[in-house]
Amino acid sequence: MSRLVFIAPLILFAVVAAYFAIGLTKNASILPSALIDKPVPTFDLPPLKDTKPGLATADLKDDVVLVNMFASWCVPCRAEHPLLMQLARDKIVPIIGLNWKDRKSDAIAWLDELGDPYARIGHDPSGRTGIDWGVYGVPETYLIDRDGRIRFKYVGPMFPETFAEKFLPLIKDLRK
Amino acid sequence: MNARLTVIIVMFSLLWAGNSPAVQPDERLSDPTLEERARELSKDIRCLVCQNQSIDDSSAELARDLRILVRERLTAGDSNQQIFDFLVARYGDFVLLKPPMQASTYALWFGPLVVFVLALAGLFVFFYRRMQANAAQPDVVALTSKERARLSALLDDDEKGRP
Repeated sequence: MSRLVFIAPLILFAVVAAYFAIGLTKNASILPSALIDKPVPTFDLPPLKDTKPGLATADLKDDVVLVNMFASWCVPCRAEHPLLMQLARDKIVPIIGLNWKDRKSDAIAWLDELGDPYARIGHDPSGRTGIDWGVYGVPETYLIDRDGRIRFKYVGPMFPETFAEKFLPLIKDLRK
Repeated sequence: MNARLTVIIVMFSLLWAGNSPAVQPDERLSDPTLEERARELSKDIRCLVCQNQSIDDSSAELARDLRILVRERLTAGDSNQQIFDFLVARYGDFVLLKPPMQASTYALWFGPLVVFVLALAGLFVFFYRRMQANAAQPDVVALTSKERARLSALLDDDEKGRP
């Protein structure tokens, strides 16, 4: 019994230390989405381009799709753009754009320069729809299932490895 | 205007600048009570871009958007709780600078208290045992005359040795 009293603080310390050590390996600035497994918010955004449709809640109910939040002023968006182009070319999964807090002319010029991988693009200059989605920095990419629910969210630029590791297995699963 | 007065005014305005919140004049509400409530609420809402600042302190774009949103909802007649709920539904509990009291945060709220009580109990046991050990020991035996002589000799030496 008396030995236990001396060992107890050591065990307590080890537990707390292990807890913090695990915490240190996580990136605390990346937040889990509060909307996981919830239906996409109710919204209706006008199109960014005259040639492509805008985006509303009802458009996200038929297929497994990616919703990618982007802006022309966002540097990491530029970094992830080649991947989006490739996904669109190879028809891996439909990509739907939500242009967040951006000027129309800037966003269109950006897409003219880099290419346009999006099936539809909603224009959200005020950023209100983005807030309804829980966006806190672009790029953010959401995976939507056939019932129009948000199943996964990735914050920051996606690269081929991150996409293959985090999105592809889920997409396959959701298509079953 | 003379130069000294200008300097004083500039210095005082700089002092004010250091203290000023991020709230821009165009965001403020005309109703002072609502504006005051908005300021108080904003202090408890985390800026998700800077993450360790409240939206009241942060000059990030998103913080400004959220400040305006809070004011719009206040004007529309929302209660404080409704505004917090609105934000938590979108951003999770992390958006609140004060973690809510709920099952998943009991360890956070009561953990320190539990550790304190455990420490008190430990201290009590430690001193209680020591008192018992002392009580169990035989009474202190008086010095013998020999020991007493040696002690006073040592003390005398010490006195003389002092400068």
